[in-house]
Amino acid sequence: MANKVIQALYNDDDILMLAVKKVKAAKYHIEEVYCPFPVHGLDKAMGLAPTRIAITAFMYGLVGLAVAITMMNYIMIEDWPQDIGGKPSFSYLENMPAFVPIMFELTVFFAAHLMVITFYMRSKLWPFKQAENPDVRTTDDLFLMEIEIHDNEAALQELLADTGAVEIKVSQK
Amino acid sequence: MYTFSNRLKIASFILMAVGAIGIAIGFLSAPATVAEAKEMVAAHGGGHGESHELATTDHGEQSHASESAHDTPEHHAPKGEHADLSAHGTETSHASDDQHSSEHDEHLLHQLQNKPWAALYVAAFFFFMIALGVLAFYAIQRAAQAGWSPLLFRVMEGITAYLVPGGIIVFLILVASVAHMNHLFVWMDPEVVAHDTIIQGKAGYLNGPFFLVRATIFLGGWIAYRWYSRKLSLAQDTADDNTNFVKNFRLSAAFLVFYLVTESMMSWDWIMSIDPHWFSTLFGWYIFASMFVSGITVIALVTIYLKSKGLLEQVNDSHIHDLAKFMFGISIFWTYLWFSQFMLIWYSNIPEEVTYYVTRIQDYNLPFFGMLAMNFIFPLLLLMNSDYKRVNWFVVMAGIVILAGHYLDIFNAIMPSAVGDQWFIGLPEISAILFFAGLFIFTVFTALTKAPITPKRNPFIEESKHFHY
Repeated sequence: MANKVIQALYNDDDILMLAVKKVKAAKYHIEEVYCPFPVHGLDKAMGLAPTRIAITAFMYGLVGLAVAITMMNYIMIEDWPQDIGGKPSFSYLENMPAFVPIMFELTVFFAAHLMVITFYMRSKLWPFKQAENPDVRTTDDLFLMEIEIHDNEAALQELLADTGAVEIKVSQK
Repeated sequence: MYTFSNRLKIASFILMAVGAIGIAIGFLSAPATVAEAKEMVAAHGGGHGESHELATTDHGEQSHASESAHDTPEHHAPKGEHADLSAHGTETSHASDDQHSSEHDEHLLHQLQNKPWAALYVAAFFFFMIALGVLAFYAIQRAAQAGWSPLLFRVMEGITAYLVPGGIIVFLILVASVAHMNHLFVWMDPEVVAHDTIIQGKAGYLNGPFFLVRATIFLGGWIAYRWYSRKLSLAQDTADDNTNFVKNFRLSAAFLVFYLVTESMMSWDWIMSIDPHWFSTLFGWYIFASMFVSGITVIALVTIYLKSKGLLEQVNDSHIHDLAKFMFGISIFWTYLWFSQFMLIWYSNIPEEVTYYVTRIQDYNLPFFGMLAMNFIFPLLLLMNSDYKRVNWFVVMAGIVILAGHYLDIFNAIMPSAVGDQWFIGLPEISAILFFAGLFIFTVFTALTKAPITPKRNPFIEESKHFHY
C-alpha cells in the first residue's frame, strides 16, 4: 500500500491536545498519535472507543478463581485429603478460609497476566518486533500526529501549520 | 447558603420522637426479676439457639472454660446454618445442678436487661463512628492537600458537627456503665472481677476511672480538632493570604497521628473490652475500616442529596466517581482486615480466641454472614464497573446497603458479649437507629446552614471545580 501520510510534530502535550481537537473539529481522521508519555484525555479527544480490557480482566479473574477452586479442591480435598488446622472435615467449603489467599492470588495473577497478554496481542506486539515508530524523537521529547492524505495535502499542511506544529513532513507508508 | 428544608427538619423530629418512644418502651419492657426473664424467654421460644452457655466470659469460671473448649469449630465451621443444635444439647445438660442453674438464670436476666442498653449503645456508637470516620477522611484530605475534594469540605464539616452530640451521648452511656446502671462491660462488675484472675491482671488498664479519663481524652481531642479546623476553614473564606490554610494543614497532619493512636485505643476500650478475655491485635484497624467506609458513604449520600436540591452545582460526576471509588476500595479493605482477623483465629483454633467466632457463627449466623455479603460481595459487584460509580442512584443504593452492613458489623461486635443469644433486631434496636438517624440528620443539616456550602478562598478550589477524571 502506497499510502501517503502527513506527520505533524509538537513539542508540548497541551498544544498537541488543542491540535487534536482542531483536527477533529475539521473532520479529519487521525491515524495515530505517538507520544513519549501517556497524555491524559488524549483518547477521548481523538474519539477512540473506550477500552474493553476491563471486561476481559474481569473474565480472566473469574477463570483464575475457578482454577484456584478446582486445583485446591483436587489437591487438598480429593486426591490426598488433608487435615487442615486440626479440623478434619474434608470439605472444601468448611476449609475455605485456608484457601481464600490462594483463590485471591490466582484471581489477581490470571487477571493481570492475561490482561497484559491480551493488550500485547490487541496492539500487535510480540518479542523482537520492529518498532513502527515513524520518528525516534517521539521517544524523547516530541509528539507526532499522523493523518492519511487523500488528495488534500495542501489543506492539511495549512491546518496543521495553524495548530502550532514545530515540523510537518509528508512520507510514504 | 443552604437552608434546612422544613420537610427534612420535620422528618428528623419525627424520627427522633418515634425513636425515643421505642427506646423508652424497650427499657420499660426489660425484665426486672429472674422470673420475668424466664417467662419472656419461654414466650419467645428461647432465643436463637438452645445453648445459653455461650462461652462468654461473664463468669470466668473453670467450668466455662472447659465448655468453651468443647466448642471448637470443627463442629461449627461456616455452614450457613444452625447445623449443629444437637451438639449444643449436651451442653445444656451441664446446667443440671441447681447452683449452676440459678446462676444461669441470673445470667439470662442480665442479658435481657442489657438488651435495651446494648441496642442504644450500638446505634449511638454507629452514628458517632460515621462522624468520626468523616473526620479522619477530612483530616487526610487536609494533610494530603488534595486538589479534588475542597468542594466537599463543607459537607464533611457538616457531618463532623455530629461529633459533639453523638460523642456526649456515647460518653453518657459509658458513664452509666461505670456507674453500674447496666452490665454492658462485665469487667466493671466487682463481683465478676473477684472471681476472674484474667480481668484482675488487666485491672490496671480496665478500671472505671481510667476508662472514663481515656474516653474524655479521646473525645476531647477529636472535638477540639474539629472545632479548630472548622474555625480555620471558615476564616480562610475571608482571608487575604493562605496562613489559615497552612495552619489547617499542619494541624490536620498532627491530628492524624493523635487520631490513629486514640482510635485504636477507643476500639479496645469501647468495643473489644466488652469481651475482656478476648483480644485481637488488629481490632483497631478493623473498626477504623468500618468507620472510614461508613463515613465516606455518608459524604457521598449527603453530597448527592445536596446536589439534587440544586446546591453544590460545581460538584460533578468525577467527584461522585472518586467517592464511589473510595467506597469500593475501603469495602475491600474492610474485608481484608475482617478476613485477616478471622482466618488466623480460625486456623490456629485456640479455645480462648476461637470462642469469639464460635459464638458469632452459632448464635449470630445470619447477621454474621449477612454482614459479609452486604459489606463485601454487594459493593464488590455493584461498584466494580467504572461507569456505575457515576450513576447517582447506584451509589445511593450501594451506600444504603453498606451503611446497613456496617451497622450489623458493630451489632456483631457488641451484642454477642452483651446479650448473648438473646439478640433480636426488634423494637429497641430499630428505635435506637431511628432516634440517632433523626438526631444525625438534624445536627448535620443544621451545621450545613451555618456557612456557605462552597469554600471561597481555598487555594485548591479552582482545581476542585475543574476536577475531571
